[in-house]
Amino acid sequence: MEVWILQLFNGISVSSILLLVALGLAVTFGLMNVINMAHGELIMIGAYTAYVVQHAFLAYAPKASFDWYFVLALPLSFAAAAFVGWLMEIGLIRFLYGRPLDSLLATWGVGMVLQQAARSVFGAPNVAVTSPSWLNGGLDIGSGLVLTYKRLFIIALVLAVLTAMYFYIYRSRAGRNMRAVMQNRDMAACLGVSTRRVDAASFAIGAGIAGVAGCALSLLGPIGPSLGTYYIVDAFMVVVLGGVGKLIGTVVGAAGIGITSTMFESWTSASLGKVLVFALVVAFLQWRPRGFVAMKTRALDGQ
Amino acid sequence: MKRRLSMLASSFVAAAMVLTACATGASTTTESGTGGSTTSNETGETIKVGILHSLSGTMAISEVSVHDSELLAIKEINEKGGVLGKQIEPVIEDGASDWPTFAEKARKLISSDGVATVFGGWTSASRKAMLPVFEELNGLLWYPVQYEGLEQSPNIMYTGATTNQQIVPSVTWLLENRGKSFFLLGSDYVFPRTANKIIKAQLEAEGGTLVGEEYTPLGHTDYSTVISKIQAAKPDIVYNTLNGDSNVAFFKQLKDAGIGADDITTLSVSVAEEEVRGIGPDVLEGHLTAWNYYQTTETEENKAFVEAYKAAYGEDRVTSDPAEAGYIAVYLWAAAVEKAGSTDVDKVKEAAAGLTFDAPEGLVTIDGETQHIYKPVRIGEVQTDGMIKEIYSTPEPVKPDPYLKGYEWAASLSEGE
Repeated sequence: MEVWILQLFNGISVSSILLLVALGLAVTFGLMNVINMAHGELIMIGAYTAYVVQHAFLAYAPKASFDWYFVLALPLSFAAAAFVGWLMEIGLIRFLYGRPLDSLLATWGVGMVLQQAARSVFGAPNVAVTSPSWLNGGLDIGSGLVLTYKRLFIIALVLAVLTAMYFYIYRSRAGRNMRAVMQNRDMAACLGVSTRRVDAASFAIGAGIAGVAGCALSLLGPIGPSLGTYYIVDAFMVVVLGGVGKLIGTVVGAAGIGITSTMFESWTSASLGKVLVFALVVAFLQWRPRGFVAMKTRALDGQ
Repeated sequence: MKRRLSMLASSFVAAAMVLTACATGASTTTESGTGGSTTSNETGETIKVGILHSLSGTMAISEVSVHDSELLAIKEINEKGGVLGKQIEPVIEDGASDWPTFAEKARKLISSDGVATVFGGWTSASRKAMLPVFEELNGLLWYPVQYEGLEQSPNIMYTGATTNQQIVPSVTWLLENRGKSFFLLGSDYVFPRTANKIIKAQLEAEGGTLVGEEYTPLGHTDYSTVISKIQAAKPDIVYNTLNGDSNVAFFKQLKDAGIGADDITTLSVSVAEEEVRGIGPDVLEGHLTAWNYYQTTETEENKAFVEAYKAAYGEDRVTSDPAEAGYIAVYLWAAAVEKAGSTDVDKVKEAAAGLTFDAPEGLVTIDGETQHIYKPVRIGEVQTDGMIKEIYSTPEPVKPDPYLKGYEWAASLSEGE
């Protein structure tokens, strides 16, 4: 029984990480139809931002306040990655809308440049991020079951980001403009929406969410220049499986992959588990090529 | 609609392909070709040697320190007048944590740069990839990392430990001092799988029990399920052969799951001072490692080595077993060249047999028969300051035995290789 609870918790926590990593892609790939291969590097920027903020706290802030660096690191990670994303959009992506393969190659190039830049600035080896002490340890729910605070925190963080995104996309004026532009650019422009500004803002937001993901990942694993490459394939898999263009699809995709991969991993091994998940995703896409949640719009069908 | 989806699918596949392809190509060029000097090996004022390590990718965390210590040794030898009166000129290449790249760069170093020898490699996969190149071109590779044994190439000098100089004695020590039930955790490639095959045979022969065995892909970062399995298996010891970045994720998550060294001891064979620094000493405190050398090893030579290393690369840098093995590899090669009076590979090999050197780890001797070296074996415990404190060491350097001929239980192992 305990094993099942723990496995379920593991599955949910893996799903939450996948979701956090994939949410940014849900905007840039899902809504804007840009295959952003630099997404992993935007995650990396978020992680390194956490590292830099930590060092700034060590150097300048009073010792007692060190534990709260993470609270500041989260918004700064968002800002740093969003800024880089915004630069990418105005400098490169906007010339490549509607040409997914071109943007794939171009953003891959950007990703390489960013990775090498990180290597030059921070060095090739990993850097250590000390997690704030209030996230150390876990919630003991009896009989040796420990739900770690970091994973609980990440789950809460994902819920918060998800809620914020929901309100932004579906409840705010800016979000309504964004959906309008994505669905019918010309009509939106006719009605007075500045499509250029909307594009740039949307891309920056997608990038910023990647940054938040990176900041959260610094709690769990290594911070290095190639941090993002571990996650990018999983992130694309989540968005494709979930169905392109709908937030709920990404959630379902992440939950599906996270929980099944954890189950497979506990029944078999980590390597075989990954293979089985891949096989299952491919098989599922044969059966439902549009993913779990398909978006119904004529604008997309026309392409 | 169909078109859009097939386009999406194909771009996704293309993306994945580009991803793997570029992992190799991304950063191989930045550090290569130092100086751009055109002196040739035979006639010039310098002797070229290759330095081939992963300066990028998942193995960079470990290999950069070896690269640094080899360059330090070259610098020191050059300051003392070089080898055969000539200065040593390093030609640096990046293997980028990718095995085909290692083979390709090794070929380039021997064929087009004409280096006298190469110092390089970390993972066994990279060594196995380079081995046929060195044998084909009759080059000489100095391989500075502990490995799984069961190998002996006439074109490789092994200055790291083979299994009977690290893994086998550490398992014996654990059985005597820490408990009988073992959980084996490793990265999914040749070193951990072979090492665990040996450990399993040894456990059977020496009265230990195996309660679990797990492999995760290189670069794997989510260990929640593996940790659940460890908790369910309740082992006395987790024998850890994970390599590279995965160690960071594993140990961080192990600590968060509330498992410290008091609950389950882990013994790692690929976590040295350099990795401790990247993982965080507070996370690793009390866990064990098995090596032949620690920064804290008490010899005069080591004092000088640590001092020189810190002077060259900064106070906050640490030395480690592979860094030391890379450092002495350069000295051993230089001594063999002096003795042979030539950089010719066959002559150097012949001269190397029986050569001794006062290394930071203690006196080492090249075993002419196996081309491995005699090394002392040490087990240490990670301290809060990031240093590793020796808690056991063999009184004498241990003779290398790559095929484990000295162990009855190992008789069946070497056949498979």
